[in-house]
Amino acid sequence: MTSISEDSDKEKVRSVSVDLNNDASLVIDIPDALCERDKVKFTIHIKTTLSSFQKSEFSVPRQHEDFIWLHDTIVETEEYAGLIIPPAPPKPDFEGPREKMHKLGEGESSMTKEEYAKMKQELEAEYLAVFKKTVQVHEVFLQRLSSHPMFRKDRNFQIFLEYDQDLTVRRKNAKEMFGGFFKNMVKSADEVLISGVKEVDEFFEQEKIFLLDYSSKIKDATAKAEKMTRSHKNVADDYNHISGAMNSIAADNNTAFKKTISVCVLQKLEDRVASDQELKLTELLRYYTRDIQAAKDLLYRRARALADYENSNKTLDKARLKGKDIAQAEENQKQCLRKFDKLSESGKKELTSFKARRVVAFRKNLIEMTELEIKHAKNSMSLLQGSIEILNSN
Amino acid sequence: MAASSERSPPPFPDLEEPELLEDRDEGADACHRRSTGTSISEMDSPSPDTSRPPKDIFNEPPEDIFSDPLSNINSEPQKKVDAKISSPSSDEAVDLFSEPLDDDSEVMSSPEVQNPMPDLLSEPKSGVLGEPPVQKNAARQQDVFEEPPKGSSKSSSVKKAASAEMLGDDDEEEDLFKEPPKVVTRKPQPSGPPVDVFTEVKSDVKVKPQVKDDPTDLFSEEALTAPAPKPSANSSSSSRTNGVHSEEQDLFSEATVELSLDSPRNDRKKDAVKPSVSAPAAPEASSSSKAPSKTLEELEEEESEDKFDLNISVTNPEKVGDGMNAYMAYKVSTQTSLTMFRSKTFTVRRRFSDFLGLFEKLSEKHSQNGYIIPPPPEKSILGMTKVKVGKEDPSSAEFVERRRAALERYLQRVVCHPSLLQDPDVREFLEKEELPRAVSTQALSGAGFLKMLNKATDAVSKMTIKMNEQDVWFDEKIQDVENEEQHLRKLHVMVESLVNHRKELSGNTAVFAKSVAMLGSSEDNTALSRALSQLAEVEDRIEQLHQEQASNDFFTFSELLADYIRLLGAVRGCFDQRMKAWQRWQDAENMLQKKRETEAKLLWANKPDKLQQAKDEIAEWEAKVTQYERDFERISATVRKEVIRFDKEKARDFKRQIIKYLESVLHSQQQMIKYWEAFLPEAKAIA
Repeated sequence: MTSISEDSDKEKVRSVSVDLNNDASLVIDIPDALCERDKVKFTIHIKTTLSSFQKSEFSVPRQHEDFIWLHDTIVETEEYAGLIIPPAPPKPDFEGPREKMHKLGEGESSMTKEEYAKMKQELEAEYLAVFKKTVQVHEVFLQRLSSHPMFRKDRNFQIFLEYDQDLTVRRKNAKEMFGGFFKNMVKSADEVLISGVKEVDEFFEQEKIFLLDYSSKIKDATAKAEKMTRSHKNVADDYNHISGAMNSIAADNNTAFKKTISVCVLQKLEDRVASDQELKLTELLRYYTRDIQAAKDLLYRRARALADYENSNKTLDKARLKGKDIAQAEENQKQCLRKFDKLSESGKKELTSFKARRVVAFRKNLIEMTELEIKHAKNSMSLLQGSIEILNSN
Repeated sequence: MAASSERSPPPFPDLEEPELLEDRDEGADACHRRSTGTSISEMDSPSPDTSRPPKDIFNEPPEDIFSDPLSNINSEPQKKVDAKISSPSSDEAVDLFSEPLDDDSEVMSSPEVQNPMPDLLSEPKSGVLGEPPVQKNAARQQDVFEEPPKGSSKSSSVKKAASAEMLGDDDEEEDLFKEPPKVVTRKPQPSGPPVDVFTEVKSDVKVKPQVKDDPTDLFSEEALTAPAPKPSANSSSSSRTNGVHSEEQDLFSEATVELSLDSPRNDRKKDAVKPSVSAPAAPEASSSSKAPSKTLEELEEEESEDKFDLNISVTNPEKVGDGMNAYMAYKVSTQTSLTMFRSKTFTVRRRFSDFLGLFEKLSEKHSQNGYIIPPPPEKSILGMTKVKVGKEDPSSAEFVERRRAALERYLQRVVCHPSLLQDPDVREFLEKEELPRAVSTQALSGAGFLKMLNKATDAVSKMTIKMNEQDVWFDEKIQDVENEEQHLRKLHVMVESLVNHRKELSGNTAVFAKSVAMLGSSEDNTALSRALSQLAEVEDRIEQLHQEQASNDFFTFSELLADYIRLLGAVRGCFDQRMKAWQRWQDAENMLQKKRETEAKLLWANKPDKLQQAKDEIAEWEAKVTQYERDFERISATVRKEVIRFDKEKARDFKRQIIKYLESVLHSQQQMIKYWEAFLPEAKAIA
């Protein structure tokens, strides 16, 4: 992840939140996805020149759970403790639009035909947006793995990509779920403890402080941005309703209203786009919330290793004191030290690259967002001007 | 004599007929005799014209006077026309026609009075005026024949003129009303008698030719008059105005008939007759008082089209007093070039209840006439209490501003209404230094309670009245208004939620801006940190923008809708008034029917002593029916005009406000572009 190139247009379009190096040796994308009830089936398309794959181009069907499985196996692999593991994609959430769709169906009788049609159209658009977003995060996850020099060689990853049947990974059973939950609890408790552990390396100390701070801030910002986009969406919805109501008035009464309607319809579209583009910002923030969590996890693992190392030092001291098992303790201590050093080293590298990546991603997204804002504002401005002219001349 | 004025055949026509004929002869004779000028004062009392009490005529008696003869004239020629149609040969018609006219000129010996007549009959042209009577006749005759030979061809031309009066067509109606004043100015000078002359003329015109021809002819003629308006009322497009005229004509024929009916027994029954005839006379007066106002209104409207110069603003809301007795006083400044005001600019201080008081007065006076009285903003106890108690908090400031704007719009609407502008109360409100405190506006006072009670009974009666609407226009319009109100309500709810959501958005943007600023402060990459803090600033500004837009949403859009929802309520009130008038008419009609039945029973039972009383009652109710019907027609006409006016105003208002609103949105979009464009280089500078 050290080299970040932006010259690939295609990649740029595809990945919203992260920039990935464009390595032609392994290209992964998700051209298609199928949504059936609560399952989403992604079709993953792989194009590769690597000799480790049997074919150079193939597609496999995967589900969201498979992604989670992949993520979990990577997290559990000891070797990768010193790396920032790409955050797992969030569970696809179609509940919102689906619920709305349901409500719409119920309220069908109370609405006029046009209103209904418009609402439906709107919902479909929303659904599609959510769907696209879901596909994208999954894709990004895979791309990040594939672009990482370590992860791309991972056995499980290769299986995930190559196995042409349904993976049908075993779903987590209740016990495991509970275990996972428990593990999380322990981890967060540990985190608190570890954050108190004295850091030996200044770099990591700084990084830790920064990340802790940053993560809370970005979490906050994400929440706020979400709120903002939501209310923006509400405004857009209102515009939609207003244009609907205006329409019905005009249908009834063919006076001066007629012209204003087109205005409002378009204006609502404007706002819709505006909120879409705000979503972009939110998405960015959200992704980085997760990414930073991943970075924090790395720090945690490192801190864990550090603690282990210290513990092993202690045992070594104890053993020396007692005069027995010295060799074993020494071995243990050495191992811990090695592990810790390795972790520190790779962690350092990872964190630096993470920083660079983050800055670049922010830059790209902020520029895009600003450009979009300007574009939309300009569009709606010309629209408004046009409609004012129409009204005036009328 | 019921036969002539009634629409449905009387229960016992055979029995009545000989009597009627006799009566008529007698009456005609009596009339004739008297018309030679024996007892003018006697004539005075029963005739609808003269019995008009002078106090009814508000400030403008001359206009009153002329409006009456006008209607007489309206009715007369129509009758003649009908008669003419019935006659087989045109020659005869000419005879018939010219005859009364000659009579007219003989009796009256004043050519001015004639002017309205030819005007009404022929298409009003200025040339007709100066011509000698004979030519006039010819012209009129021509007119008659030029017109398409429909059932009520002639009357339709008269109606056209009349409907011009109702609907505000300029040329014709101007003629109609411009000329009579000449008559008017002439008339009051000879102090009384001339008026009588006119009534005499009327009765002469009506009765004389009839008597001269043989009585059978007369009767057939009479019989024809009654049904003639009926089919046209049902079929022709101008059914409404038609109704007015047929009815007016009925009224007059009736009045004269009553006169002749009663005159033989004048000695005995005079007392009885008097009230019965003066009953229609009183509403007559009220109607005539309305007619001039209508004309004024029309003139005003024309004026307002090109140069309506009255600028009213409500400014400087100021808290007066302390505690719960505190109130807000507003400065009402008027700027005008209208001559009806004493000066060009003047300012008064008014409190909210004064505005409400003005509305009360106006609606008391005008609403039963079918005018749309613009409603004032609603009382808000909560909002006002906040203002009273609270010091300077933004919500109460917003409330005051909102109310101020609403009051301003309310006053502007009132003065935009040409006939309301003429109201002395409005002028007083705008001009007078001190107003008597409006008392009945307290929401919880006794008067308020009474009002509520009234409203409740109104609502109940509204539910019980089932009006079968004959007029398609009204039927559609009522539907339209109801639909529109519904839609506007819906739209209003949406816009309100838009306002709320935008406020929410603005709040959220502010919070986000803060959060981004924090993020920027903890960001360790300097360029990115800078960009983020810039972004925070941009978001801050956008928040301001949203806030402004929200208030724009509210003041230009949402308040507009709220106003029109209230106004549509007022429009519906007008329709209700019309319905009430209709109901009164129907009730009277039913009563009349009952009276007739009793009369028939009495006839059957042969009780002559009670018969006379029954007849009187019938006469009384007939008068009432015609009067109520007239009221109804009048209110219909007014409501119709008002609604058309309202629609026009509404379209204009909406257009203006929506343009204003769009401009405000445009402005905020421009600002948005500015902000983001300023931010773009910052974003690009991140490296």
